Amino acid sequence: MQFSIAISGFVALYIFMLAAFAGWVIIGHVPAILHTPLMSGSNFVHGIVVVGGIFALLNASTGLEQAIGFFAVLLGAGNAAGGFAVTNRMLAMFQPSEHQPAHARHGHHKASHSGKA
Amino acid sequence: MLTFIPQFIIGAIDLGAAFLFMYGLKRMSSPVTAPSGIKVAGIGMVVAVLASFLYAFDVGAAAKPHLLVNIGLALIALVIGGGIAWWSGRKVAMTAMPQMVAIYNGMGGGAAAAIAAVELFGNKVDGVTQLVVTLIGALIGAVSLSGSLIAWAKLDGVIKQPLRIRGQQVLNGLVALATLGVGLYIVLITHGAITSPVATTDLIYLFFGCALVFGVLMTLPIGGADMPVVISIYNAFTGLAVGLEGLVLQNPALMIAGMVVGAAGTLLTLLMAKAMNRSVSNILFTNFGTVVQHKQGEIKGSLKPVEAADAGIFMRYAASVIIVPGYGLAVAQAQQKLYEFVKLLQAAGVSVKFAVHPVAGRMPGQMDVLLAEAGVPYDMIFQLEDVNDEFANTDVALVIGANDVVNPAARTDKSSPIYGMPILNADKARKVYVVKRGQGKGYAGIVNALFYGDNCDMVYGDAAAVLTRMIEAVRALGTKAAA
Repeated sequence: MQFSIAISGFVALYIFMLAAFAGWVIIGHVPAILHTPLMSGSNFVHGIVVVGGIFALLNASTGLEQAIGFFAVLLGAGNAAGGFAVTNRMLAMFQPSEHQPAHARHGHHKASHSGKA
Repeated sequence: MLTFIPQFIIGAIDLGAAFLFMYGLKRMSSPVTAPSGIKVAGIGMVVAVLASFLYAFDVGAAAKPHLLVNIGLALIALVIGGGIAWWSGRKVAMTAMPQMVAIYNGMGGGAAAAIAAVELFGNKVDGVTQLVVTLIGALIGAVSLSGSLIAWAKLDGVIKQPLRIRGQQVLNGLVALATLGVGLYIVLITHGAITSPVATTDLIYLFFGCALVFGVLMTLPIGGADMPVVISIYNAFTGLAVGLEGLVLQNPALMIAGMVVGAAGTLLTLLMAKAMNRSVSNILFTNFGTVVQHKQGEIKGSLKPVEAADAGIFMRYAASVIIVPGYGLAVAQAQQKLYEFVKLLQAAGVSVKFAVHPVAGRMPGQMDVLLAEAGVPYDMIFQLEDVNDEFANTDVALVIGANDVVNPAARTDKSSPIYGMPILNADKARKVYVVKRGQGKGYAGIVNALFYGDNCDMVYGDAAAVLTRMIEAVRALGTKAAA
């Protein structure tokens, strides 16, 4: 039984092409106010490279491969964890206006998006 | 026979992860849904990483004896790399965000290059196409790693001046050609077209060395103010490298996530360059700041300094105020004070809006984050295209720590280096106050005609001190709302 299908040639190009369009369209609609979180958020998403690093390390058979594989997982994990931490922190700061005084401002926020964004 | 079960699980989970990434990024397109968007993407990441340990059931014969050690190494690397980055990401100041993103981005590029290195050194790449894809991914990833490190050093102030030498472009071109040449040579000898006196392993070292050097050389001459665009380019580069290595590893989740970021990063780069009125090639290949002095049109009028207290009281009795914050505000750490002042104005019945230029801060959108950090609700923050027509009907424009982004020369003076850059029309407000440390010029090094306008007064001083005096002056009037 074989579940994996080889991705090669044109199939790979189709995947790349569609993914590129998807990325372009998704980001094209992000308002400028979110550009910094977005840059760090997309930075987080390519942290998925850590999965490739784990694959490479588990399949390493020499000391050199193990060392470089270790390096790959280390860096990939840093990319993913750091990217998430900063993006999450930044986005948590974006709060809408409420009628209460400013320091009582957390918990549920009624989405009062006034046509901007 | 049993190997198909883990394969199936990994496949299904990676598919789910790819979906969660796209869905999460989609949710990030509005401030209302964005906080949940990053969490959705985070869940995708966690399950994908956990599932990737199932690869252990399906390793090649050569790696079998090392499996336990490898699993242990992977866990240690995850804990150390993830732990340090998590900790630093939690405590980094919002003003230092651009260089932090540069570091994390470089790590991603380095990881992609390292994966390629494992595949190359282990001779695990089949076929010419695979080899070429691996090498291109390795090149882009390595350039992104060393380039991002230089970008970090510049933004963090470790490297203070752009390093420019005579013939830089030629040298960069030669190093780029050398890298490509070594890559091509590796392809040719691996596939038996030619035999080489040099061991392939040495050539691989040389290839990575050249690529890393190229990343350094490419980034060194670029000025610090342009670094955000450079980070965005490297962000796209890393995405592309991850996508290519995903193809080599036959992992569609990496391919999709990498390419989505590659495209998104490219678009973001173009948007930023547009907001700065520069082309991407202009940023990468010419040296801004070394431009010869332009003839400037005569500026009429004079600089009129006023007291902070008077300006504060004037705004207290205005009907509408638009605030234009710039990076100088963040340098003075005065965002909290500013919002305190704004709340006083609002309590007095003044309508207050923030107008943010796309390149305010050192990274597009950074000023929005800094204001949000100070507690300013996002529905008070307006972007250039949404607010620019309102200045003409506004009583006061308060410019704090911003300069070039409110220089009317961008609209009128064809000889100005910033001509054509979209600016905030603060000069059209009935009254303009500019809070500034001194009489220095902006980053473009040109005189700002706005400051000399009849409707403009200058409030000199540190932004935090000025705002403190404004707050005191308005408080002294009492808190009764204006009629």
